[in-house]
Amino acid sequence: MTALLALDAVVKDYASEAGTFRALHGVTVSVEKGEFMAIMGPSGSGKSTLMNIIGCLDTPTDGHYRFEGTDTATLSEGQLARLRNDGIGFVFQQFNLLPRLSALANVALPMVYSGVPRAEREARAQALLASVGLGDKPKSRPSQLSGGQQQRVAVARSLANNPELLLADEPTGALDTKTGIEVLALFRALNEDKGVTVVIVTHDPEVAKATNRVVRIQDGLVFYDGPPTDAALFGHAEVAA
Amino acid sequence: MIATMLAEAWSALIANRLRSALTMLGMIIGVAAVILMLAIGGGVQKQVQESIAGLGSNLLIVTAGSGRQGGIFGGAGTGASLRIDDADAIARLDNVVAAAPSTSVPAQAVAGPANWATNVTGSVPAYFLVNEWTVEDGRIFTDREERAGARVAVLGQTTADKLFGANDPLGQMVRIKGISFTIIGLLEKRGQGFGGQDRDDVIVVPLTTALRLLQGNFFRRSIRTISVSVASAEALDPVTDDINALLRRKHRLRPGDQDDFQVANLTAITDTLTTTTSAISLLLAAIGSISLVVGGIGIMNIMLVSVTERTREIGIRMAIGASRAAVRLQFLLEALMLSLIGCGVGVAVGTGLAMLAGGAVGFATDVTPFAVTIAFAVSASIGIFFGWWPATRAAKLSPIEALRS
Repeated sequence: MTALLALDAVVKDYASEAGTFRALHGVTVSVEKGEFMAIMGPSGSGKSTLMNIIGCLDTPTDGHYRFEGTDTATLSEGQLARLRNDGIGFVFQQFNLLPRLSALANVALPMVYSGVPRAEREARAQALLASVGLGDKPKSRPSQLSGGQQQRVAVARSLANNPELLLADEPTGALDTKTGIEVLALFRALNEDKGVTVVIVTHDPEVAKATNRVVRIQDGLVFYDGPPTDAALFGHAEVAA
Repeated sequence: MIATMLAEAWSALIANRLRSALTMLGMIIGVAAVILMLAIGGGVQKQVQESIAGLGSNLLIVTAGSGRQGGIFGGAGTGASLRIDDADAIARLDNVVAAAPSTSVPAQAVAGPANWATNVTGSVPAYFLVNEWTVEDGRIFTDREERAGARVAVLGQTTADKLFGANDPLGQMVRIKGISFTIIGLLEKRGQGFGGQDRDDVIVVPLTTALRLLQGNFFRRSIRTISVSVASAEALDPVTDDINALLRRKHRLRPGDQDDFQVANLTAITDTLTTTTSAISLLLAAIGSISLVVGGIGIMNIMLVSVTERTREIGIRMAIGASRAAVRLQFLLEALMLSLIGCGVGVAVGTGLAMLAGGAVGFATDVTPFAVTIAFAVSASIGIFFGWWPATRAAKLSPIEALRS
């Protein structure tokens, strides 16, 4: 069976004033369908770069990134946009909802870009809001919602086009501990009940611990890839610190 | 998808009401200026065309050549070469509706205590037909009265006013060169001619009477001008040629002899005036267009600011699957909406101003569907043209950097 995501010796260079900066030094990771995992690393480790590549927001300088077996280097800009639209669902640390739009319109937005008719779009957005426990707040603006509620709207949005992959960047970073735990529980429920593959990018060992697999990145290389044992999470983090 | 994007564009404009309104103001002023200028230009043009029509459309004027006494030329119309039977012959030419011989003498008109120096025209009833001139009150003289040399007169409004003031001139007497005429008609007002002369300052009497009693050359039957009404504008040139040939033959001119008459038509004047007024309209519209371009630049300015401010929004949209084309379309639609709403309001404001201006200057200013269509087409082009660059800047943003902002 083809892996959902396959990174093969991925290298990423950035041009800076001081010359070329290599953020990733050849990362090889493969993620199967239905996994629930975390990519961990301190800031500057290259984990954000890795997330951008996995999310098809950026392309590798060298090496290959295959999404469902397709090398993303062969895709056009339009095809990449399409992939971000219905193959990948993003959840961000700062929620990144559009402030002018209602919760319902925010959730429906990805379906606007995939061309789903209005009535179907709104019905599905309402159902998604209900599934994250916000069925009673379709008309609320993001500013009228709490952080936890906003993040749940964002999760509902990420699921709009039934993506293969839910990619979350520090999803609990802006939330208090309790709300953070609720959001993580939501991810686990989506993973276990609906079979959505979830990749969480985080620096927080507690978040990583809630997943089934941890990939630790340090200095642009895979440092650890395995189950979230305390030793793997905390021991090395102390070394890194 | 377009409907949704239109709704989104609308909500983006609403979110910045004041800014959107101020941006539109540029378009509103520009469009209103263009609409107003076109309306005024059109009004002027219409006014001029009506004046030209008032001169008698498809009119040819045959004047006598120069008179000559001992080597001194008297100038056009002073010769005695043109005769009444020339008019009769011209009237029988193809495509000629009517030919009216006329003469004109300056004279002092006296009515009771009032007197006034004016021009007394002697002509035939066809003169009024050819000049498209009718009486406001009373009647014109008949062919019979003309032939009989009846002492009747038809007055222009200025002359009537100078001689009779507010009194009704009909049935009163006017004395010209010592001869009494009964006033039987008052002509409708014609206003100024293109030379600025007052065309209502005239007395028209039967030609026979004028030749016999006022000019004293009845037996020579020579006249100053023949006004010829031609069936159509196309026939003006052939009829001019026919008249030239006819009169040269009738006057027994040999090849090489100079014409002892001139045939003039008004098309040259008409053409000049039409060209001039078109140029004025165009100039006015061009001035208006400048403000329209300024309005367009205002839109571009605001759209650039908007793109910068909404970089994060653009990043989010790209991350959740908006293609670059979709982002470009979104900002183009916003620019287009600004310009078209501005245009709509501008048309309304311009129409209102045109009506006010029309009332103020006293001639019709009409806002044509053509002007409105042009305004919308130009505004749409401006929206797309000046929206394109900001929209392309938005579409070219890197999603990662846009998200980080």
